[in-house]
Amino acid sequence: MPTMIEIKDLHKSYQMGSNALHVLKGLNFNVEEGELVAIMGSSGSGKSTLLNILGMLDVSDSGEYILDGVPIKNLNETKAAQYRNKFLGFIFQSFNLINYKTALENVALPLYYQGMGRKVRQEKALKYLEQVGLKEWSHHLPNELSGGQKQRVAIARAMVGEPKVLLADELTGALDSITSYEVMELLQKINDQGNTILVVTHEDDIAHMCKRIVHLRDGIIVKDEKIKQVRASEYVQ
Amino acid sequence: MFNRDRWKEILEVLTKNWFRTVLTAFGVFWGILILIILLAAGKGLENGIRADFGDIATNTMFMWTRSTTKAYKGLPRGRRFNYKIQDVALIREQVPNLRFISPRNQLGGFRGGNNVVRGIKTGAFNIYGDYPEIINQDPMKITSGRFLNQLDIEQKRKIAVIGEGVRSSLYDLGEDPLGTYIKIQGVNFLVVGTYKKRSTDGDGEEVQKEIYIPFTAFSQAFNRADNVGWMAITANDGTSITQLKERIVGVVKEKHKIHPDDMRAIGYFDLYEQYNRVESLFGAMRVIAYFVGILVLLSGIIGVSNIMLIVVKERTKEIGIRRALGEDPWSIKKQILLESIFLTLISGMAGIVMGALFIYGINAILEMSGPVDMFLNPSVSLGVVSGSLLILITSGLLAGFIPAQSAIKVKPIDALRTE
Repeated sequence: MPTMIEIKDLHKSYQMGSNALHVLKGLNFNVEEGELVAIMGSSGSGKSTLLNILGMLDVSDSGEYILDGVPIKNLNETKAAQYRNKFLGFIFQSFNLINYKTALENVALPLYYQGMGRKVRQEKALKYLEQVGLKEWSHHLPNELSGGQKQRVAIARAMVGEPKVLLADELTGALDSITSYEVMELLQKINDQGNTILVVTHEDDIAHMCKRIVHLRDGIIVKDEKIKQVRASEYVQ
Repeated sequence: MFNRDRWKEILEVLTKNWFRTVLTAFGVFWGILILIILLAAGKGLENGIRADFGDIATNTMFMWTRSTTKAYKGLPRGRRFNYKIQDVALIREQVPNLRFISPRNQLGGFRGGNNVVRGIKTGAFNIYGDYPEIINQDPMKITSGRFLNQLDIEQKRKIAVIGEGVRSSLYDLGEDPLGTYIKIQGVNFLVVGTYKKRSTDGDGEEVQKEIYIPFTAFSQAFNRADNVGWMAITANDGTSITQLKERIVGVVKEKHKIHPDDMRAIGYFDLYEQYNRVESLFGAMRVIAYFVGILVLLSGIIGVSNIMLIVVKERTKEIGIRRALGEDPWSIKKQILLESIFLTLISGMAGIVMGALFIYGINAILEMSGPVDMFLNPSVSLGVVSGSLLILITSGLLAGFIPAQSAIKVKPIDALRTE
């Protein structure tokens, strides 16, 4: 399996007044294509910072980050936007749907930023909405959808650009456990199709539905283990 | 720019908070309305005053004689003198860039007695002995027949061109004056044409009561020999008569042996100087109108800028999401700028339309109540309208610039964290 993400000696600190807060203290790890990795850790362990750096929303102080053979460094905002659009799909805890746009329009957004024509864009978006089982809801606004439905729209939006890596930040954090399992089931299905997914979570059961868990504490990786995946479908009736 | 999704979004954003949008738009609307009304009022005043000048060629001076006030070359002070017909050629020879030099003689005048007779009808009119060029300096419309020509001058024909006012007092209604004779101070003249001048103000009646006859015929019939009563001199376009008048006066002073320092012997009136004085007044008025109008508009623009800042603040998170999904920062900037320009332009155009309606209303009232002194046909030209549109687009850009800048200044990561 080719390596999708390569991280070498990654450091990041934040300036808090006069003293610096060292958040990431030299991380090294690789993710191969088709992996489903959970990054676990308590709050303050640096997992969100790591995800932001992986998502090119933030930059590291030092160290290397290579995404599918492309070194990610010295990006200006325009370039970063292009890379994000082409390489990455984001799934957020708070869904982050644009509330005055319909589900379909939300899903089609990344394609719009690619400059794709209106018709093609909507067809493709509809296809992905169908995949997450929300075809009939395509013309509803986000506030007409339930939490689970919103997250599934967000997943469709993350998938629509056919990114190399999906990054999920506490994607079940705002959902009840049954809905969480449903969403995880969907994520596993997407992973089964060969997509690489990174999930940041602090929930044990969610982490165990992945194939590998990276434990983070105080900015260093304390444990990196492959696990036996728990299928979410076992919990879903 | 003509992107359906972009415009859909602009409309969505602006209509999301109707009341706020309308209030903001009102500032710009009001500013441009004031600007248009001020400019139109200035134009109305300008038209009114300009109408007082009539159609007269404005680059013109009038020159007549008075008595000398200084002894010179053995001649006493207090001497009276006359311009001669030869002076015209002399001036033309010595002063370049003169377009017309019209020597004129005149009979009648203000409250003159009856001097024209036709059958049993009589009347008091101004009689001018003129060269054909005068029609270029004091334009009139020939309503029938013809005006004077060079042959009339050469052959000293006793013909006359009469005003519509003369016609109505000497002829019956519907009677054709062409080919009839009128008796001017005992001499018969054949009427060959009638004219009408564009009358605008108080002496509108008076200027229609004039009779033009060939200069040479006038001199012979009324014993003026080669004397010239006064002259109307027009300079070429591009040269002002004000610059040339000193030289013209100098030429006639020398010819008539007048002391060079005698300031009172030659009387003249520089129409161009008067006209320019009024012109610069109009200029000042326009500057004031623009100044006040644009200042009022500016407060509207600041309102737009303010609202756009709030809109950007409200949408910080959304902008963060869009950037995380890979929207180009420049595209976001363009979006904010377009929203700002769109809002400014729409409200500004409403202001222009309102201003146009207002001007239309004023014109209708003026028309109903008859002419008002020094105020005529207030209007704004297409140039002003397109100028204000340009101002609006520029100000929309300016209003959106700071908010657009602040929209992309926030890092996407920070924008996403905002709740």
